[in-house]
Amino acid sequence: MHHEIIISGFGGQGALFAGQLLAYAALAEDRHVTWIPSYGPEMRGGTANCTVIISDEEIGSPLVRNPTAAIVMNPPSFDRFEPLVKPGGVLIVNTSLVSSESKRSDIRVVKAQANELAAELGAAQMANVVLVGALVAATGMLKFETLDRVLDEHISARHRDKLDSNKAALRRGAALARP
Amino acid sequence: MLTEEMQVVFDYPDALTEETTHYCPGCTHGIIHRLVAETIDELGIREKTIGVAPVGCAVFIYNYFDTDFCEAAHGRAPAMATGIKRALPDRVVFTYQGDGDLAAIGTAEIIHAAARGENITVVFVNNAVYGMTSGQMAPTTLPGMKTTTTPTGRDVEIAGYPIRMCELLAQLSGASYIVRRSVHDPGNINRTKKALKTAFRAQLNQAGFSLVEILSSCPTNWGMSPRDALTFVKEKMIPYYPLGDYKVAEAVKTIAQ
Amino acid sequence: MKEFWKGNEAIAEAALRAGLEAYFGYPITPQTELLEYLAKHMPPQGRAFVQAESEVAAINMVYGAACAGARVMSSSSSPGVSLMQEGLSYIAGSEVPVVLVDIMRGGPGLGNIAPSQGDYFQLTKGGGHGDYHPIVLAPASVQEAVDLTYGAFDLAEKYRWIVIVAADGNIGQMMEPIELPPPRRVERRDRGWELTGAQGRPRRVITSIYLQPEALHQYNEHLQRKQREIEKHEVRYSEYLMEDAEYAIVAFGTSARVSQTAIKWARAKGIRVGLFRPISLYPFPYARVAAISQRVRAILVVEMNSGQMIEDVRLGALDRVPISFFGTMGGLVPLPDDVLPAIEKMVQ
Ligand SMILES: Cc1ncc(C[n+]2csc(CCOP(=O)(O)OP(=O)(O)O)c2C)c(N)n1
Repeated sequence: MHHEIIISGFGGQGALFAGQLLAYAALAEDRHVTWIPSYGPEMRGGTANCTVIISDEEIGSPLVRNPTAAIVMNPPSFDRFEPLVKPGGVLIVNTSLVSSESKRSDIRVVKAQANELAAELGAAQMANVVLVGALVAATGMLKFETLDRVLDEHISARHRDKLDSNKAALRRGAALARP
Repeated sequence: MLTEEMQVVFDYPDALTEETTHYCPGCTHGIIHRLVAETIDELGIREKTIGVAPVGCAVFIYNYFDTDFCEAAHGRAPAMATGIKRALPDRVVFTYQGDGDLAAIGTAEIIHAAARGENITVVFVNNAVYGMTSGQMAPTTLPGMKTTTTPTGRDVEIAGYPIRMCELLAQLSGASYIVRRSVHDPGNINRTKKALKTAFRAQLNQAGFSLVEILSSCPTNWGMSPRDALTFVKEKMIPYYPLGDYKVAEAVKTIAQ
Repeated sequence: MKEFWKGNEAIAEAALRAGLEAYFGYPITPQTELLEYLAKHMPPQGRAFVQAESEVAAINMVYGAACAGARVMSSSSSPGVSLMQEGLSYIAGSEVPVVLVDIMRGGPGLGNIAPSQGDYFQLTKGGGHGDYHPIVLAPASVQEAVDLTYGAFDLAEKYRWIVIVAADGNIGQMMEPIELPPPRRVERRDRGWELTGAQGRPRRVITSIYLQPEALHQYNEHLQRKQREIEKHEVRYSEYLMEDAEYAIVAFGTSARVSQTAIKWARAKGIRVGLFRPISLYPFPYARVAAISQRVRAILVVEMNSGQMIEDVRLGALDRVPISFFGTMGGLVPLPDDVLPAIEKMVQ
């Protein structure tokens, strides 16, 4: 297996954490993995993204131009990454903020009203987790039990009371993406 | 259309471009930019002013001022301004510097520019933190204040004491006008504006080195709301950094009136 | 068990585990997490941490602590390292062991904070005044950054020399699974040169001044003998798919990793290309490059600069094979998609 994932959104939408969730789970499943953020002043208020590579083989370049999968959480991210996803790849779109429609027929597009779904489960900030659930279900790249375990270990003390809602958010996203 | 009874009381300064600034919500750099621009307009010196930008949050200040500008290396603005002023003595030269830029890496440059009585104006923005690099300790960070390099609060046993630059620079014979102001409320904003005008006029009158230190807030790196950050300036910063005039040379006293 | 760490923090932890006693630094992106990590962990462990007022001060604090015999380091990024060059020259001229980490960013001038390899010249060619070359080690992964940092202190002490770990913003900011080495406690022992107070022994002086030209000449000859020793014993490199290679890419750090992926793609197209990756940028593996140049048909050098290491590749390969170059500047990171066409061009 070899997955190249870009996750992109406004600073504060949790794109970087979503990528770390995948990366920690990949490590728990004994895969090779790299996580690399865009960094610098552009992050404040602007769009932040990270690239995660998960593979059975040693990873060369930690950056890619054409990812096999992308999660786009806001309009600028959609505009930038929708055209770049590799043919046969997956694009997860947060339709709570993105109204554009993908015109591509060579990739699978999964739409998620992630903010509203997350709000229904108790906190709109979990939109990123909903989207990760959709990505993992659409690609089968990781096991949900592993993601649960990673959430147990890495959720910050501040959000610990939301642990079960986070797990539910993963499942809610997954339900949207199951073929 | 203005009728006869109406007059303009508030307008966009000519010395500012229409560019939107990149500062965080609640940051006071924007206010200070405007005060400097108004001063330049009122003195009619836009076309003969040359600014020197710092390395710090104000690194892109040259995008916001409709004057000539150059960008110094971190801390070296007073030296660069010296070079410009010595080459073009009839131009107005000012630097705009943060506390890390002016009171840490650039301490030597600021002290010697003042000691030489370099006829330049320094706008010194003290926000008690390294803003641009995301919140490390500055030379002006208050004792006990948390930053990313003083995670349990500034311990003076390890990191020493904050520097009061105005008090220090006021000792130097070359300094003509050294004052500290704040922009945490409208009254203080007006007083800051007056001080800036005096500082630039000191330069126009060949009085020598002038500096206005302005206490400023950094809600992002202090981890506070903009309103709480202004309260912090008032209740925590001012007691350590008292506002006032630290040096007003005879030649400047007449200007100030 | 492997743990997931960010490059900058992993380097800091590796230094602590290597017995780091004192750190002096100044904030600069993209290195700052390294300083912040040590600010958090050193004072509670009774180790010396000082945020200096500038890089000029930081390197001179390092110089002082090294004279006092401490395991000491600093870290910075390109503009800060430029400021340190004066101090580094004094440190070389005094032969005290020092470790420096450079998380390189785009230049010249203020440039930007994006990853770059633009410091190759200033690090490997001496940088400051006088004749000296620090040992320069370039990791291509977070694990290698950890291992090189952990070993850097022993290496610096072995030669009483500067060791620079030269990574780029990518490696500083990236997270990867790593295994951390065990913590070491380094016993202080008198090595015959450090300044500890002349109690019960004749006084010692550490200086870099030799007013008589003959004396300075002789001292330089001594330094040069040391450099030859380092060149003989400390060359490091790694190779990937070089056994049957007809073509070679020479690249270090992040550009080597990017090239590795491009090489995989090229192999899938039937091009027999391999990677030669210098790990020690000084001492540069000239002999190995010479040997490779006798075997392959052409060499492509890939760097995140306008072509700096390529000068050393040319010195190793001479005119034996055509040498082409692919580089990105300004903090742009090349992607495999960019390197592949350069490989295809080399093959034509
Ligand atoms: C030689 C050098 N060292 C470090 C830096 C990184 N750096 C950029 S801005 C800054 C601190 C700025 O703080 P301050 O002057 O207080 O201004 P503020 O950002 O708070 O407005 C630092 C350390 C640099 N650009 N050059």
